[in-house]
Amino acid sequence: MAKVHIATSVNGEAVEFLCNPSDTLLDVLRNELQLTGTKEGCSSGDCGACSITLDERLVCSCLVLAAEAEGSEIGTIEGVADKEQLHIIQQKFLEHAALQCGICTPGLVVSTQAMLKEMPNPTEQQARLFLAGNLCRCTGYDKIIRAVMDAAETMRASDKTNKNASVSTSDRGGL
Amino acid sequence: MAIANYKVPQSIDEAVQLLASSDGACKVLAGGTDLIIQSKAQSDAPLQVVDIKKIEGMVSAELDAQGLTLGPAMNCAEFTARKDIGALYPGLVEAAYLIGSSQVQGRCSVGGNLCNASPAADTIPALIANGANCIIQGPAGQRTVAAEDFVTGVGKNCMQQGELLKTISIAAPAARTSDAYLRFIPRTEMDIAVAGAAVSLTLDESGICTAARVAIGAVATTALLVPSAAAALIGSAIDSTALEAAAAAVSAAATPISDRRGTAEFRRHVVGVLVKRAAVIAAQRVTGEKGE
Amino acid sequence: MSETQDYKYIGTRSIRPDGFEKVTGKANYGADLSLPGMIWGKMLRSPHAHAVIKRIDTSKAEALRGVMAITTFADFPSVSVEAIASGEGTVDSLDLARNIMANGKVLYHGHAILGIAATSEIIAEQALDLVEIDYELLPPVMDIRDAIAEGATVLHDDMFTEGLAEKPAVASNIASRADFKKGDIEAGFAAADVIVEREFYTPTVHQGYIEPHACVARYDEDGQSMIWCSTQGHFDVRASVAKLLSMSLNKIKVVASEIGGGFGGKTTVYCEPVALILSRKSGRPVKMVMNREEVFKASGPGSATRCKVKVGAKNDGTITAMQGELYYEAGAFKGSPARLGGMCIFTPYDVDNLQVACYDVVVNKPKVAAYRAPGAPQAAFAGEMVVSEIAEKLKKDPIDLRIQNAALEGTKTIYGPNLKSIGLVECLQAAKNSPHYQQALAEDQGRGVASGFWFNIGGQSSATINMNPDGTATIVEGSPDIGGSRASMQLMAAEELGIAAELIKPIIADTENIGYNQSTGGSRTTFATGMAVIHAAQDVVRQMKERAASLWNVTIDQVAWADGVAINSHGEERLSAAQICAGADRTGGPISGQGNINARGAGPSFAVHVCDVEVDTETGKVDVIRYTAVQDAGKAIHPSYVEGQYQGGAAQGIGWALNEEYVYGEDGLLQNPGFLDYRIPLASDLPMIDAIIVEVPNAFHPYGVRGVGESGIIPPLAATGYAVSDAIKAPITDLPCSPPNVFKAIQGR
Repeated sequence: MAKVHIATSVNGEAVEFLCNPSDTLLDVLRNELQLTGTKEGCSSGDCGACSITLDERLVCSCLVLAAEAEGSEIGTIEGVADKEQLHIIQQKFLEHAALQCGICTPGLVVSTQAMLKEMPNPTEQQARLFLAGNLCRCTGYDKIIRAVMDAAETMRASDKTNKNASVSTSDRGGL
Repeated sequence: MAIANYKVPQSIDEAVQLLASSDGACKVLAGGTDLIIQSKAQSDAPLQVVDIKKIEGMVSAELDAQGLTLGPAMNCAEFTARKDIGALYPGLVEAAYLIGSSQVQGRCSVGGNLCNASPAADTIPALIANGANCIIQGPAGQRTVAAEDFVTGVGKNCMQQGELLKTISIAAPAARTSDAYLRFIPRTEMDIAVAGAAVSLTLDESGICTAARVAIGAVATTALLVPSAAAALIGSAIDSTALEAAAAAVSAAATPISDRRGTAEFRRHVVGVLVKRAAVIAAQRVTGEKGE
Repeated sequence: MSETQDYKYIGTRSIRPDGFEKVTGKANYGADLSLPGMIWGKMLRSPHAHAVIKRIDTSKAEALRGVMAITTFADFPSVSVEAIASGEGTVDSLDLARNIMANGKVLYHGHAILGIAATSEIIAEQALDLVEIDYELLPPVMDIRDAIAEGATVLHDDMFTEGLAEKPAVASNIASRADFKKGDIEAGFAAADVIVEREFYTPTVHQGYIEPHACVARYDEDGQSMIWCSTQGHFDVRASVAKLLSMSLNKIKVVASEIGGGFGGKTTVYCEPVALILSRKSGRPVKMVMNREEVFKASGPGSATRCKVKVGAKNDGTITAMQGELYYEAGAFKGSPARLGGMCIFTPYDVDNLQVACYDVVVNKPKVAAYRAPGAPQAAFAGEMVVSEIAEKLKKDPIDLRIQNAALEGTKTIYGPNLKSIGLVECLQAAKNSPHYQQALAEDQGRGVASGFWFNIGGQSSATINMNPDGTATIVEGSPDIGGSRASMQLMAAEELGIAAELIKPIIADTENIGYNQSTGGSRTTFATGMAVIHAAQDVVRQMKERAASLWNVTIDQVAWADGVAINSHGEERLSAAQICAGADRTGGPISGQGNINARGAGPSFAVHVCDVEVDTETGKVDVIRYTAVQDAGKAIHPSYVEGQYQGGAAQGIGWALNEEYVYGEDGLLQNPGFLDYRIPLASDLPMIDAIIVEVPNAFHPYGVRGVGESGIIPPLAATGYAVSDAIKAPITDLPCSPPNVFKAIQGR
């Protein structure tokens, strides 16, 4: 079984790797590229710990073949903060104590960021449903949802301040 | 079967050629949310996967006066964001929206859901209720199969080696027609349907049902079109008598099993409840449109 | 410290010191380490629930290119029956060894048989497929009733029930029986006007941590070994591995990675000894990570139980008698927490006549491991459901009935000691006064109330505080951080030292870099490790005062310490901690404080929960619409992380009550080893969980701390279960309250 050569980009950086056809993108991110921020919780798409963005689409990296990443843009948790400057979402998670063991946190941060891009003003229920694919066993979700709602509000306010508002035209919450 | 080979055809003919000429196991890869999990089941037999997402028409959806032409590999996140499609086929879109989590939505597809042919697939009852047609391309050319005939058994569809699903085609609905899909799960998301029901119906100006299609899922080896349930609704004002009759019809048609997700008796009962509720929602969507 | 004291750091909601790495993905968990030359280990697991292994042939696997080592039970040096520390209790080392790799007999679906190490995961998995094993199948025993029945298939022919007056002549599946009593149970029931007796069932459940077990082991020359693993207790890992492999403790370094959840399930070992043997045999570091299916199939779940409870009360609400017969599944080897359940079940009540019998029963399921207050949730489910039913029969408010009969300081427990100062009544009152409790219910809605007790433990901890020349500090402690405890250590040290919390960095050292620490569990960390940290800080303060005294030429009792500053109480001089540290080399050398403790006086934490549900009576689907968790923390060092424990325990208990269960076929095979069909609560399944912190200080801790990690999982089973029965107006006795079960109960009305 020959390995496949893949050229892609991760967090804006060009990346190349060799992979088995059966390798998932999760396997490659963690083992080949040493980006261990994306976690493996179940490898069946049921827990969300492996959440990444693929061409700006939120996906479980355990359900994407590494070979499918050719020519794509991958976004992982490592690309959310700007070096030492945490993203508002990350900051709010810390302020609200929205993590205990922290294993689900990278997946939740990536998912929250993706959610707020398409739905900047979610209700509590909309946020809970969007994030239902991210399992947490420690917190009971209460502080997570508070952090998410607070981050959403802060980001909307700072968007207004920056006169950089990008109003989402596909507010899926209405469906 | 461990994935041993990964191919990306650029055209449908190339895909058909790969599928037809393969010696060993060869499967189409759309979103991969079922296939990748299934491929991990232990076995020595190597699997070749054919990624169809680069083929023109596979990941897009066209809506015009004739109806919907849906690329089978279009991911559900994109598909369900199409407000124009949701306005005409709200039940189909809500069925597609129910598959998995937000992350799964980023990859899974209506076509994949259909071809994987799980008895509990969410989109299949909705496709059937909408009278969807499956356009299949193979070495011998193109053929069309109605959605209710596409799935032939648990995890089995009617396609032969070398064939793949090219398009899902749904005619534009008649005026004053709408649909709804409901499924029952123990939690609020993430679960495989314990029972599912899709109803499409047409009401005349006075609110009497003139046409209907009712399909149920997760209560038999395949999703089922239940003409007797539709007959119970046709001619009625979608009143409680008609609804009870439709519920009884689907419960009678269902042949559910007992497993880790529910007992047969429970499924048989719940599918009836869902059909009633879905019919009411579909009817409200029709009358709501007219602002009554 | 008096309870009315205003603290500067204690009780604040600081940002946890390990937060940056957690939210950026930089924190390293069990599977995140790679070492040069590392190879991969995988376990071969039994496809049968109960069988004798007749023949194993590994020759084809050994011949596969890339396979570097294979290990079986035969590689354990002789292991004897001996108890070794594990979490809050102990485990029999022979049972532990046989669980880690089967010895001649497989006792559950997924039971590990042998380990293979190969140069890649794929090759290791291919090698597993090449192993040939012949089994002789035996009938699986999957339920307590089958296990204890006459003529049952016996799992261990050397198991003779312990705890009986006479050793039985015949082997059985009952490993032990424990009895507790207080007063005269017959007289108690004779005095009752109302008696309720019910039998309850709770299913096998899993702790559900999102991070699977993972380790990397490296065996070097002369036996020097390093194990990196995700664990709640790295000293226990060291002890277990040393015992199983006949190594001395100084040869094994265990490094605790960050841990992605444990809840008791990571207080034992599975892959670690296997990985070390494979490393020894192959000469390479070996990484072993369980996949999710393996976690469910083979790591310790929480016991399924069948509990009979009978409670008698007078018409005026006085409970006169409480009795229980508790059967707990231990899984394939003895050691369920049945006894602990028996000790906790009636402890929230001051009742004269109590009696409980607790049975530990083996079945063909994975060996159970601790799950957050092990034993208590299942027993409390039964006890609290009956108490609430008594309240309903007597037309009394369920909280009032509990207040009327509440355990108080001085109440004698069924297991012997009198309770010291406790906060149960305060919690009951806080629940009663909560906004939630004032809210009326609508149609198809129901409410449940339940209380819970857990002892909490103290135990051994060791901590060092090293002062840096710039006045910053490092806390070196040894309690793996499962829920934010580093933040609390930082606050307690800051309070003692009088310097800002941000100047203090807590780290969790490996077994070679800190003195012995018992595992993180038993709700002991903030209490016992906290005390060690406080003692270390007090030691530092004493040393800094000594340095100041020597500089000022005064005696130490003339030096006061306030807000991080040494003050000459007989003069004007002042020296800050930073100044003293900067000059430490000239006043005697490095300043470093030590705290070593075997903490006694752990204060129990009582919890009281209120749950409202709404039931779709056409389908049996249950929605939790409101939830309040009240619990006594003694003193909340970091309120956010205390609330987090309450909310997390509640969520696990709600899942246990509503949808979580292991589903086995007649063949004894586990049908739902994954998060798809083992249904833990999702974000969309739960409302906000109101967490109310009650503080009745524990006099045995300088700040009044009571451990809070465990009690929060005890009340939710009955709070939720009773809410469902209240909503549907039919009794609930079996968990989970999944829709088919609830619908059946509705139909049975």
